[in-house]
Amino acid sequence: MLPLLAPRTYLSENAMGSTMVGEGSDLGPRALALARDFGEHRRREGGIPVSWLSHTMFQLGLEVHSQPFARTLPFPDEAHERYLVRGTNVFGVLRAPRAASTEALLLLVPCCEGGKNEQAVGLLLALAGYCRGQIYWAKDLIFLVTEHDLLGTQAWLEGYHGVNLTAMQSGPFPGRAGAIQAALALELSSDVLTSVDVAVEGLDGQLPNLDLLNLFQSFCHKNGLLCTLQGKLPPPEGPSGPGYAQSLRTLGLMVLGQAGGAPGGPHGLFLRFRIEALTLRGINSFRQHKFDLGALGRTLEGMFRKLNNLLERLHQSYFLYLLPSLARFVSIGSYAPALGLLLLVLALRALELWMRLSRSEEGEGEPPVGEARGGLLYLVPPILISVGAGAALYLLPVRGQAVATQHFPVGEAEAVVLALIGIYVAGMALPHSTHRALSGGGQRGWMTLKLLALLALALLLTCLALLNFSLGFLLGVTLVPPAAAVRPGGNRLPLALLLVLTTPGLSLFMAVLLERELLEAPAGLGEAWQRFLGALGQGLLQEHLHGAHLSPLLCLGAYPCWLLLWNVLFWK
Amino acid sequence: MAPPEAAPLAGRRKRKRRGAARGGAGGGMAAALLLLLLLLAAGPGPGRADAGQERRDALREELLLSPLPTGDVAATFQFRTRWDADLQRGSVSHYRLFPKALGRLVAALGVRELHLALTQGFWRTRYWGQPPLQAPAGAELWVWFQPTVTDVDKAWKELSNILSGIFCASLNFIDSTNTVIPTASFKPLGLANGTDHHLLRYAVLPREVVCTENLTPWKKLLPCGSKAGLAVLLKAERLFHSSYHSQAVHIRPICRDASCLAMSWELRQTLTVVFDFFSSGQGKKDWSLFKMFSRTLTDTCPLASQSKVYVDISPKTKEKELLEVSPPPTSVHEAVVQGDKKTYAVYDLLSPSLFNTSRSLNVQLKWKRPQDSSEMPIPTLHAQRYVAGYGLQTGEICTLIYNTHPYRAFPVILLETVPWYLRLYVHTLTIITKGKENKPSYIHYQPAQDRRRPHLLEMLIQLPANSVTKITIQFERALLKWTEYPPDPNHGFYVGSSVLSALVPSVTAMKDMDVEQSPLFTSLFPSSDGSSYFVRLYTEPLLVNLPTPDFSMPYNVICLTCTVVAVCYGSFYNLLTRTFHVEEPSRGGLAKRLANVIRKFRGVPPL
Repeated sequence: MLPLLAPRTYLSENAMGSTMVGEGSDLGPRALALARDFGEHRRREGGIPVSWLSHTMFQLGLEVHSQPFARTLPFPDEAHERYLVRGTNVFGVLRAPRAASTEALLLLVPCCEGGKNEQAVGLLLALAGYCRGQIYWAKDLIFLVTEHDLLGTQAWLEGYHGVNLTAMQSGPFPGRAGAIQAALALELSSDVLTSVDVAVEGLDGQLPNLDLLNLFQSFCHKNGLLCTLQGKLPPPEGPSGPGYAQSLRTLGLMVLGQAGGAPGGPHGLFLRFRIEALTLRGINSFRQHKFDLGALGRTLEGMFRKLNNLLERLHQSYFLYLLPSLARFVSIGSYAPALGLLLLVLALRALELWMRLSRSEEGEGEPPVGEARGGLLYLVPPILISVGAGAALYLLPVRGQAVATQHFPVGEAEAVVLALIGIYVAGMALPHSTHRALSGGGQRGWMTLKLLALLALALLLTCLALLNFSLGFLLGVTLVPPAAAVRPGGNRLPLALLLVLTTPGLSLFMAVLLERELLEAPAGLGEAWQRFLGALGQGLLQEHLHGAHLSPLLCLGAYPCWLLLWNVLFWK
Repeated sequence: MAPPEAAPLAGRRKRKRRGAARGGAGGGMAAALLLLLLLLAAGPGPGRADAGQERRDALREELLLSPLPTGDVAATFQFRTRWDADLQRGSVSHYRLFPKALGRLVAALGVRELHLALTQGFWRTRYWGQPPLQAPAGAELWVWFQPTVTDVDKAWKELSNILSGIFCASLNFIDSTNTVIPTASFKPLGLANGTDHHLLRYAVLPREVVCTENLTPWKKLLPCGSKAGLAVLLKAERLFHSSYHSQAVHIRPICRDASCLAMSWELRQTLTVVFDFFSSGQGKKDWSLFKMFSRTLTDTCPLASQSKVYVDISPKTKEKELLEVSPPPTSVHEAVVQGDKKTYAVYDLLSPSLFNTSRSLNVQLKWKRPQDSSEMPIPTLHAQRYVAGYGLQTGEICTLIYNTHPYRAFPVILLETVPWYLRLYVHTLTIITKGKENKPSYIHYQPAQDRRRPHLLEMLIQLPANSVTKITIQFERALLKWTEYPPDPNHGFYVGSSVLSALVPSVTAMKDMDVEQSPLFTSLFPSSDGSSYFVRLYTEPLLVNLPTPDFSMPYNVICLTCTVVAVCYGSFYNLLTRTFHVEEPSRGGLAKRLANVIRKFRGVPPL
């Protein structure tokens, strides 16, 4: 069964598959020496040592540039403790001989606070020095060290592509190297490694071409590195219960990660610009077998050499896939029908309602008294109120933070999250108040309203399924059953309970719990609540910092749909 | 393909003998003349000593070695063949130094000026400074035709096809979709009466890859081939082991003397290579001829009337004598080149003293102290170009032009050629200098026609002193027909370099020089007066991705369609058109009758 649903991965790109490259570098000691130097200079300067980095890169024979940037966050980021961000990205370009700088490859190391990633910078510099001595490069190599991890990466990408997508302020962008074909991000904080974790999910659930991952996997095999996906070891070979469970957990984590829409690493921001990218994280755990930076250096060297051989952009393999393990994938052809069947429920329900509505029109020659008045006008208030509540949920928390902090004893970040929850819960009380003000349309009224809600939900989920399958799938699984079942009258309590349990907000909370469960680090309710609050704040920030679509989608799409269903339940 | 001149000394003697025999009146007379000529040829300085007819053509060769600010070394070869004959009259049948292949081409197609450059790599002006001659990545061809040529397009097509054969390059891909007629950027470099730009054609092929196959025919055009003189250094395995390789051929008519009453033809073959000593020498920036070319100079080309090696030893900073050349040069030449005062160590290969001490010349340069220059001199004019935006629908071409002159503003002509499949929106053209809009004083725009001709945009822009000018224009990416995609469509489509031409004011005043006597690398572009010098600069080519269909799709569609047609349509058609009728039992064929006979015997009912 598993081989059918999740076949083994294979390299589709001929330019990378059949050509063998040898890796000759031994960068371990040099990388460590450079990392120590770097760490020293960083501690001395209290930030990224721009002049030391520039000088070192120049000494290595690269063309060095730096890009200063500044960004004021919409509200303070409590997870990273930052509000006014000022930083500098430093990058060196290795110009390929006899090439006209039309194509480039990129290696990125985010240089964040607190002594992290020093070894990664060391490895980057050592690799740059080694690559400078080689003559076979056909594409320029860019070695980039960014400050403030994702913010710096965003600033650099916007500068490189000459666009301004967020409110980032950055200086003139000095040196370019044509179209970037592929990028690798490296995070590494220890001198020795036990395994390398690879992150694939990008912004808004975008994924890199599967060939890039296959390439990494083949080099892991070649160099004897232990590679993990979502922090999970590869499942044991052969059909076995634990193996399936392990695969399922990995798959679940990937679906949750992708649905969240947050980039799984700095690489996630590259995918929007059609640059295939991966993040590699060196892990040092309590495992016996360790390897040094040289092995990782050889892996990077080999990957760059193979990417250097590319004639075209990576396009041969899958862009839409799910990964139960590093060696197996589920193609879109296998998983898309599941969501299609789920959405079919909505379509059939809507068809049924439509037929009932049209039959009642034909059958009862004259409509009952009280329904003819106003036509469809009675639908306007609930729809307006639902959409309005969604808009308020989207706009008010961030816009109204100043007002909130003036009148309540809370900080900006707290104010935003609490306002979000407040508006969300207040929206649920709306049906009662509206029905008090306006009289409903009776039997036909709720049916028409439900028809509209079903159509809106089906449209939303179909679009989502194409853009971010995991998000569409999770929303579909939670929202489709209550949407199909909801009706006014009778015993409302079980239906109401079902609806409340499946509201997008609570689904998010459940997702937080489930993720901890899948990571085999279950969280208590209190901890989950804290994480939930953090996720809300980060979700809002993602939209402002990187233009993620998750929060507008939930606020302006899923929440109003759910409110319409809620309205149907309490129809009078 | 090799012209008859491309042969070593022995061959030349043989040919001369033949020529003399033809020219001689009688047998004995011819024998005497032959003896005389043989004696002459064996004498010292054969190239200069030739008399009469042979004096009318001359070869000057030179090699310019200049250390670049980044520590790389640029080597520029220039071979100039000058011929005091009128190729256009058609009366020329005897070729000596001038390659016959090119000479006949010029005569047959009415070419007045021809400039062809084949380049692999990109000259990084910002870091390497101004080269003597710059060329865009790929192949560049521009030609002025004689006013007598009636159908210029036909001649252009024919010319590019012939050149494609001569240089083994894909110049035959030059057609109307990449040919433009610039109005201002390219003026004749040689003698010209009028400049009616309809006689000009310009094309760039940015995807062209230059390799040994293009170098060999280029070398064969040299009078000494690669057997003697400076050309022995031209070994492909070293020339292509470099950061930049550019070879060019320039043909133009020039004045025969100062009075300019008669015309001569000049063929200039140039080759520029940049050697990267960082990757090969572990950071040591000392170099020598042997290190660069894995050969040394051993003799001169006997056909050359001048053969010199120039080494740029001008002090980069205030401190002098940072570098040291050996062996000691025969002389030192000072000149103002491109606005800078330069000092050159000159090795005259024809001076007998040079090869006296040792049998070969290996020019070496040593840095007396390690360079610690993270600050490099920035050229007065340099530019950068890139594609902005993302996604497959629209984009923006941005060009940044820098004028770093501290106090002088100067105008620059920008020529932009964009293929038709990028649909330029001219209304989005903005030119911004120092935050203010900069109105071009001249603008020539020719919109593209789909599958017929490219966009051509020429502008004259004033660059204020010490400024950056940003020129942006938006475009939309067209969806091509599926047969129009090249192989590897996901690689992207190239947009050729844009061309900047400017008269850059120089910091140092130049004095008028005798053009004929000055080194070759100074004298291709005419300098109008002492205060400015001409610069032509090329920006990076661009690689743009167009929306590309999944090319396995047609196959899928064909399979699906065939299946649908075969299964559904076939059976439906069958059902619809078939007429059913009950078949009457017939008498049957021979087999049936036979079977019935047997059945009768057995006593069973017949079929």
